[in-house]
Amino acid sequence: MTVATKAPRGRPLLFTSYPSEMSLFPTTTRKVAFGLLLAVTAILPFMLADAELQLLATCCIAAIGAIGLGLVTGYAGQVSLGHAFFLGIGAYTASVISGDPDGRTVGLGVTNILVWLPAAGLVAGLFGVIVAPLATRLRGLYLAIVTLGLVFIGQHIFNEWSSVTGGVGVGRPAPTLEIFGYSLFTTTASVTRDQKLFWLMAALLLVFALAARNLARSRVGRAFTAIRDRDIAAGVIGVNLARYKTIAFAVSSFYAGCAGALLFTVTGYIEPTSFSLLLSVQYIAMVLIGGAGTISGAIAGAFFITLLPRIIRELQAFLPFISTDANEVPNVLQVESILYGVLIIVFLIFEPRGLFGLWVRARNYWKSWPFSY
Amino acid sequence: MIALLEGIVRGLGVGSVYALLALGFVIIYKATRVISFAQPALMLAGVVLVSHLAGPLGFWVALPLAALLTAVLALGIERGAVRPMVGRPAFVVAIITLGVDVAIRVVVNIFIGLDVRNVHDPWGLDSWRIGALQVQQRHVAAFLATALLVAALFAFFRFTRMGLAMRAAADDQEAALAQGVSVGAVFALSWALAGALAAVGGTFATAGVSFDGNLWLTALVALPVIILGGLDSLPGAVLGGLGVGVAQELVATYQNDMPWLGGNVSVITPYVLMLLVLLVRPYGLFGTREVERV
Repeated sequence: MTVATKAPRGRPLLFTSYPSEMSLFPTTTRKVAFGLLLAVTAILPFMLADAELQLLATCCIAAIGAIGLGLVTGYAGQVSLGHAFFLGIGAYTASVISGDPDGRTVGLGVTNILVWLPAAGLVAGLFGVIVAPLATRLRGLYLAIVTLGLVFIGQHIFNEWSSVTGGVGVGRPAPTLEIFGYSLFTTTASVTRDQKLFWLMAALLLVFALAARNLARSRVGRAFTAIRDRDIAAGVIGVNLARYKTIAFAVSSFYAGCAGALLFTVTGYIEPTSFSLLLSVQYIAMVLIGGAGTISGAIAGAFFITLLPRIIRELQAFLPFISTDANEVPNVLQVESILYGVLIIVFLIFEPRGLFGLWVRARNYWKSWPFSY
Repeated sequence: MIALLEGIVRGLGVGSVYALLALGFVIIYKATRVISFAQPALMLAGVVLVSHLAGPLGFWVALPLAALLTAVLALGIERGAVRPMVGRPAFVVAIITLGVDVAIRVVVNIFIGLDVRNVHDPWGLDSWRIGALQVQQRHVAAFLATALLVAALFAFFRFTRMGLAMRAAADDQEAALAQGVSVGAVFALSWALAGALAAVGGTFATAGVSFDGNLWLTALVALPVIILGGLDSLPGAVLGGLGVGVAQELVATYQNDMPWLGGNVSVITPYVLMLLVLLVRPYGLFGTREVERV
């Protein structure tokens, strides 16, 4: 028996086997689009100024964290407000491993990114596994509040444990970006520091995004969505709830740990008060505004939220009533925080699928043009 | 011994505030099955209103007026952001209220400004002496006000027509609707009540001391309280609030004996307590166990 794996020409959405439907890039268009995206990413550092590249590198890191939250909240449906806690664990694990052994704060002096990045992820993942039993016992809003409690407990520990975190207002240096002695954080004759930074973060985002995409289309990913859609029904058809919720939390925390480790390398300094509830809300906003339950949505949301302050500063030129002075009302910072809130509300009420949903709408419109459906 | 007793009294005062805030959460939850993360913003709005109105009008006029205005604000939130979401998953609505909270707090913070603000309450930091015991008046006032409000609320739910309607809607929305209960009015009233309670609770939370934008963190303590007491239990909210208040103040009293925990460990006591209780009783101390049909 032969199994047709390729769709006939001109019928890109006709799938004749499950593997072809679930493949990473089901249609030729997707393959081409992905290739184009890669090409643009590769040449982008030659076209943009260093400040923009730095911002885009931060976007890539935030996207890694958002993908992690997307896996547990968007795919597995377990609302976690505790993402900031896991980001913090990752950040401090990495900076302790790569920190200066003779410095003011604890450090082991292993500066290789291949050591501290996976270690940060693993330690955060371990904490995810520790928290997971709560998730298997609690549902919905109870879980949201418990994870919120986690943020407060984490903040207390980060603020007080000053031999590791440097203490409030002081902080400690971020992990060193270095691979086998080659520094990824210095400007050389051929490439600037920010070009290297962007390429590194974009490459890491690619790896993490593809891994998440692969997880989502595997048996594990299908178990996640089954739990999200109806956990009791999922349990009845044989999905081991405890096991898959634990996996969801572990993977999500692993992503958060890695993102946390990288997040502060751009600015160079980690301040313990960064890991507050606001950070968690930002990541929730990324996932929801981008589109819950999609990897590309999480990435789009992360870029959007991270670029938001910059967008507002650009808009400020056209909206003179917004002030850049922090002592005047309304100023840019206030507009920014209000927009976080308002955007969450507007997207949830009018387009629950987020930016991804907007893209689907636009695509469908042009697909059926000039007919409305 | 004196330290212990004083800690308990302080705890009851602080706990009454938590109880008021927690009651707001529980009333909204019972009516709409939603946890409102907008409560901190409502509380802050109420406190700011009191601080602005108490100057010209005096504390005793300002407090009810601010509670009323906050109730109107809560009504507006319910109408504008929550009502369109009826029938959507509870988590989505909860996140919407989170967005509302972030947005409103920015506006409220503008009215706090950079100056030191207080609510001009009549108690200040004055205290009574009972034997060797020193009791701050503001804690007694908070406790009495809470007792009064709780009694009024329970009477409202027990003896009035609207209270009956609210209990019916909390029990079974569709059945209540079929019996002619206006579920929309129940939603609106529950939000208004929660707003007013938040304003009063917030005012007592900051009585005697000045406040700034960080006061909203106090309202979040009501979350562990309602989890402890059970999301849908009014007595649970009151007892949980008092319990958490006492536990927090006792830890604050004795935390110097445990320096390895770090300073100010009392701030996170409610959350630790919540985690411990949840490991044993996932539905809180007084909550109803959820039975779900597939």
